[in-house]
Amino acid sequence: MHPAFSIIFFTSAAGAGYGLLALLGLLAPLGLLPASPLFGLAALALALGLVVAGLLSSLAHLGRPERAWRALSQWRSSWLSREGVAAVATFLPAGVFAIAWIVLATGDEGSGSGVAGVAGWITAAMAAVTVYCTAMIYASLKPIRQWANPWVPRTYLALSLMTGALLLNALLGAAGQAAGWSSLLALASVALAWSVKEGHWRHCATTRPVSTAETATGLGHIGRVRLLDAPHSEDNYLLKEMGFRVGRRHAARLRFITRLAAFALPAALSLGALVAGPGALSGTLALLAAAAAALGVIAERWLFFAEAKHTVTLFYGAGET
Amino acid sequence: MTSLPNREPGAPRLGLVIDLDTCVGCHACAVACKQWNDGGHMAPLTDTDAYGAGPDGVWFNRIHSFEAGSEQGGCGSRTTNFPRSCLHCEQPACVTVCPTGASYKRAEDGIVLVNEDLCIGCKLCSWACPYGAREFDQDVGVMKKCTLCIDRIHNETLAESERVPACVMVCPTSARHFGDLADPSSAVSKLVAERGGYDLMPELGYEPTNKYLPPRPRPTLALDERVTRDSANDDLPLHGLLKWADRILAR
Repeated sequence: MHPAFSIIFFTSAAGAGYGLLALLGLLAPLGLLPASPLFGLAALALALGLVVAGLLSSLAHLGRPERAWRALSQWRSSWLSREGVAAVATFLPAGVFAIAWIVLATGDEGSGSGVAGVAGWITAAMAAVTVYCTAMIYASLKPIRQWANPWVPRTYLALSLMTGALLLNALLGAAGQAAGWSSLLALASVALAWSVKEGHWRHCATTRPVSTAETATGLGHIGRVRLLDAPHSEDNYLLKEMGFRVGRRHAARLRFITRLAAFALPAALSLGALVAGPGALSGTLALLAAAAAALGVIAERWLFFAEAKHTVTLFYGAGET
Repeated sequence: MTSLPNREPGAPRLGLVIDLDTCVGCHACAVACKQWNDGGHMAPLTDTDAYGAGPDGVWFNRIHSFEAGSEQGGCGSRTTNFPRSCLHCEQPACVTVCPTGASYKRAEDGIVLVNEDLCIGCKLCSWACPYGAREFDQDVGVMKKCTLCIDRIHNETLAESERVPACVMVCPTSARHFGDLADPSSAVSKLVAERGGYDLMPELGYEPTNKYLPPRPRPTLALDERVTRDSANDDLPLHGLLKWADRILAR
């Protein structure tokens, strides 16, 4: 599948934004986050900014972006529509949570804590639902074996949690409030996401292809099927959109970059931040961990598209997908 | 609605039956399709750089040629021309994934269509189709697909004999057949039953309406029966006039 940058940016930025939003909604009512309006404002601005930037980027993928509102109508059957509805709906509790948390954080003890708690937890649940819907857009596509499996929603959720946790740790570090628990949370979420992503890669490498050139043409009873003549001399929409091939050498290198930047470096840096204890050093390490993960997740998402093989390529000379 | 309709009882399932035994791969069906539909229901079928070095454009019908069984060598393999277009599936994921309701399946005859006024051009339907039936029109920004020539088959201004899809109308070898596949007594259903018509990628569960008829089995010659270059050229036994001419010419 063609790795369109608008979609890569959308899924990784919105994933990180929803991850951070969910953690803020969960942890603020527990009193684990700094009680300063500036911190609340900065954290929510980052989370919602990433979500909005991601959603706007996804519009760039559309042929008729001015009609995007129509995508909210078919939630009964379409995961893309469900995602749109969930994304819009999340803004409601998130707005209530933002106001309640920032009002609460200004010091008027107890006035907004109940509202912030309920709204925060609803926001966290809605953020998780939205990321799940995003993943299901891909996981519901049967022609793409690398996508149509339960590892895809697991990966999307785990990476969203991981990037959110790394951002939260970096924010706490930047506020000079780096805490042991947040570094530990970052470390644990990186470990979880890494193992899930390895699980997805293993699944793709070990499961047998469902469709082949023989089942696509129905000529398998004669023997092995190979393409003799393509219908057209130049690449058409199908080949440009779904015939993308990543060189094996590049795929190996990108997997290395993903393992290093998305997982190994953030894990090591978060561990460093944990060991260093509160201070400027751990704050810097947490910031670097988030930066590395941003790069790594973009590499991971690029590979997610580039390594996905669509069954239409079976009609154009691929033996199996 | 992109939820699939409940089929009306007794409603036809209109579709194509494509005979891979008689298709000669002339691309006439693809050209006739392009010609009709460029002015039809889904018009235009935009081309870019049509006369340049990198022509590209929207087509609803693409003709591939495959060789099957080449590992058997010589007479064991078959070259098969293979027209590929929308199969108007019973379980069309291209319809259910559509977020706007632009994609729909008609309850009255099973045809899968796109309402271009609702399409946002997200391309997800083309990802959901295993068969590559849908092509995006960059110029208009919406998805396009085979309509089964809905503007021919129900068109009362055309003579009844012409109320078939353009690809069926033009086929010089009658390799394409149009009809109601829900009716077991229809000509197309009988053809499918007789010739062992089959579904493409049945394992994915899309339940295509269109069927393909396999190439008929051909006798394969044993190796020593085949005409080889040697047997064709050397030591031909000559008789009569040819023998005389050979002798004269050999002088």
